Amino acid sequence: MSMSNIGRPTRPETGVAAVAHTSLTGARGLLQDEALIFEMDGWDKTGVDFDVPNQDASDLGDLVRSAPIGLPGLSEPEAMRHYVRLSQKNHAIDLALYPLGSCTMKHNPRLNEKMARLAGFADLHPMAPQSTAQGALELMDRLAHWLKTMTGMPAVALSPKAGAHGELCGLLSIKAAHEAKGQGHRRTVLVPTSAHGTNPATAAFVGSDVTEIAQTADGRVDLSDLAAKLSPDVAAIMVTNPNTCGLFERDIIEIARLTHAAGAYFYCDGANFNAIVGRVRPGDLGVDAMHINLHKTFSTPHGGGGPGAGPVVLSAALAPFAPAPWVVSDGQGFKLLEETEGEAAQAFGRMVAFHGQMGMFVRAYAYMLSHGADGLRQVAEDAVLNANYIKAKLSAVMTPAFPDGPCMHEALFDDSWLEGTDVTTLDFAKAMIDEGFHPMTMYFPLVVHGAMLIEPTETESKQELDRFCHALILLAKAAKAGDVERFKGAPYLAPLRRLDETQAARKPRLTWRPEPTTVAPAPMAAE
Amino acid sequence: MRYLPLTPLDRAEMLGVIGVDTIDDLFADVPAAARKADLFDLPLHAGEMEVERELSGLAAKNRPAGAGPFFCGAGAYKHHVPATVDHIIQRSEFLTSYTPYQPEIAQGTLQVLFEFQTQVAALTGLEVANASMYDGSTACAEAVMMAQRVTRRKKAVLSGGLHPHYAAVTQTIAHAEGMDIARQAVAIDAEAAVLSAIDAETACVVVQTPNVFGVVTDVTRIAEAAHAAGALLIVVTTEAVSYGLLKPPGEMGADIAVGEGQSIGVGLNYGGPYVGLFAAREKFVRQMPGRLCGETVDAEGARGFVLTLSTREQHIRREKATSNICTNSGLCALAFSIHMTLLGERGLRELAALNHSRARELRDALAAVHGVEILSPRFFNEFAIRVPGRATQIVEDLLADGVVAGVPFSRLDPKAGMDDVLLVAATETTTRDDIAAFAKALHTRTAR
Repeated sequence: MSMSNIGRPTRPETGVAAVAHTSLTGARGLLQDEALIFEMDGWDKTGVDFDVPNQDASDLGDLVRSAPIGLPGLSEPEAMRHYVRLSQKNHAIDLALYPLGSCTMKHNPRLNEKMARLAGFADLHPMAPQSTAQGALELMDRLAHWLKTMTGMPAVALSPKAGAHGELCGLLSIKAAHEAKGQGHRRTVLVPTSAHGTNPATAAFVGSDVTEIAQTADGRVDLSDLAAKLSPDVAAIMVTNPNTCGLFERDIIEIARLTHAAGAYFYCDGANFNAIVGRVRPGDLGVDAMHINLHKTFSTPHGGGGPGAGPVVLSAALAPFAPAPWVVSDGQGFKLLEETEGEAAQAFGRMVAFHGQMGMFVRAYAYMLSHGADGLRQVAEDAVLNANYIKAKLSAVMTPAFPDGPCMHEALFDDSWLEGTDVTTLDFAKAMIDEGFHPMTMYFPLVVHGAMLIEPTETESKQELDRFCHALILLAKAAKAGDVERFKGAPYLAPLRRLDETQAARKPRLTWRPEPTTVAPAPMAAE
Repeated sequence: MRYLPLTPLDRAEMLGVIGVDTIDDLFADVPAAARKADLFDLPLHAGEMEVERELSGLAAKNRPAGAGPFFCGAGAYKHHVPATVDHIIQRSEFLTSYTPYQPEIAQGTLQVLFEFQTQVAALTGLEVANASMYDGSTACAEAVMMAQRVTRRKKAVLSGGLHPHYAAVTQTIAHAEGMDIARQAVAIDAEAAVLSAIDAETACVVVQTPNVFGVVTDVTRIAEAAHAAGALLIVVTTEAVSYGLLKPPGEMGADIAVGEGQSIGVGLNYGGPYVGLFAAREKFVRQMPGRLCGETVDAEGARGFVLTLSTREQHIRREKATSNICTNSGLCALAFSIHMTLLGERGLRELAALNHSRARELRDALAAVHGVEILSPRFFNEFAIRVPGRATQIVEDLLADGVVAGVPFSRLDPKAGMDDVLLVAATETTTRDDIAAFAKALHTRTAR
């Protein structure tokens, strides 16, 4: 039953001074303060019903656990409420523009979710006989065809589970190719100073030494520095294009030529592929390997930190070294080459158990079919248009890091416009939360002081872009007008105020533990 | 195009604000040689109905696990997932948010991760757990790399009972780092065989329980031997439901426990996405890979959660990071955590008991089939059988009877010389009718 307020519309009281109101219980209206599941007295509850077998029928003796596990349970209504309450403390792309530069937070079509949940995909076992999984293998084959066509590359390894995992796959392919040519001594990987942290981390992970390449004043790879560092020890160069400053590497073809002339391979970080999909094929730029974040360009949901998928397209030189498994077709049907022998004898190994992120493949393929060749080209154009629009509008109050010429899919600002205000990039970002927006990527790339990297993506309307720019312009004016408190204390209106990350790292509390005064969880009642 | 909000009028107006004439002007930095003027040779955009029709057609060519008697395991298991789980993970605030870099507006995700970490630590019997890895196999490889950092040694001993894919992934990654991988001969019940391979150079010993043949082992003695040699013990578990019945890795002396969390909340998905579980002793926390969520307070003293110890991670430490992992498996960790909360200790123990019980019924039914030999002496919900003839052929033959009989071991490792070994699993979803159908079909086939 609900209360009827027909004829009695609510409205703010007039003449009441604006005071900070606190509730009697400490609640914040309908935003519930939610305890941890471990604090809910659920030590003997469950939200499932099973037909319990005779428990003493085990023949495992001492192998069976005896002590309580320490897991609380909740009935279904309690569980539903717990998670829905928690969900309301999150920001999401479905709520507003989510301008995290380099993350490509675009709309996630729900058709893709529905398709991934078809029983033929979601309830398919990875080791089911291949004759019972022909549709799945066909989908992988078609996805591979789309990825190869859009990148102009002859091969693709589908199995890597995320972007960084794709980088690993690419560098391992390169390592294997060098070893096959007797060039296994090549251990240096060149990485521009503006690179994503995953690039040097991945290079180090495969035992390479990382050497940084300088950047020019206009935000691109310094060709002379590159040429100087391309020695016979260099295995590969890792370049993001468009780069993390949101700029297209104008000399990309020359970068590839120099790299190849030195006997090294060109790894392209494809995190920013969204800016060029349908308009530029990385294969035409001389790229040897590039991962494609399906969770960025092809819109599989980020899910609060994954899962993603990072297929890697490979040049003809690297294709033989791709990891197992891959799909082949003999005209009769599809099959998986799962072993590193026969056709796959040169494969460098295996990246994952089974065959990769099938759930993401379905979503990404649905996205591709929906857009088609024409829609994907429009994606890149609108993504770039939106970013340049933001750059143009915000340049009135903020300082673009590279004012000359267009940007690609993201607009990068530095913090020189905040000089003398006592407001930092962090403060400014936190104040955006009070205005209803997720902050942009901050302090990255490292080559720009106090960097603010804004990526709107193509799924924002002009109206939403205007709303976003309006908020930032007001904030920028407030910062310049000396309204420092608005920034230093921000956020004021979020579920929590600014959090103490220093304390969290100093004395890490990574799991819930009962307070010394709390009664320990009761052991399971005997059945 | 239904996903693109800009109208032609918007575009024209925006180009005007930017101060250029055409969209091509914004792509001016692309070298002329690389500008693609024409559309790719791919289909044009399609409506929701057309896409749905095409994908439904592909899905219909697959046989879902739930379509009949089904006994595949080998690292991925068919379990029932409560409807609540899928509903919650499709909430916009969980589905369409990013990694929680801005904790003030990501407390939902962060609190879930804190609860997930606590659940995983409890299940494995260890002190700390991270916020997830891609899957069990990559978690295994990361654990070996972590052991190398902790011990500064280069040798990893892998048991012959380790899932062959896990061994291959670990070998691939660790080999690139210059590690020496001593993988023991594949054998059904031989976790203890690692003992003879442990020496003063050993960074870690990797054992799996239940192992790929389903065999359950008390690894306490292996832990003692590893520790006596200054090495770490890594315990792998590919069936997370087994944590509900079996002695946890931490209690048996494991330093790192890794697992595949797919069984709880995630579903089969033809192999991914899954969720890697990663737990360790607290003293090693600064060498752990991946995201960690920790408790703290906000400016007003209210409890909150943040990603912490990020000085281990790639975005801060770059080439000195403990791992290159960035995106992990957050939404699957949420699904795992919701399902585990619905189960609770009581439900998990019941679920585990039910799985074990069904598998024993299956064992009894198959043991009665002439020519079939049960190979796994102690198991949880999966075991190996020897069949008369090639297991791959038996599986194909039984498909005609509507039975998916299991995973031929040769598909995981063709070089092991175990062509007649079939891995069969039963879970709470397996009915007595399923078991009877399997036994009958196998009997008919072997009697031929």
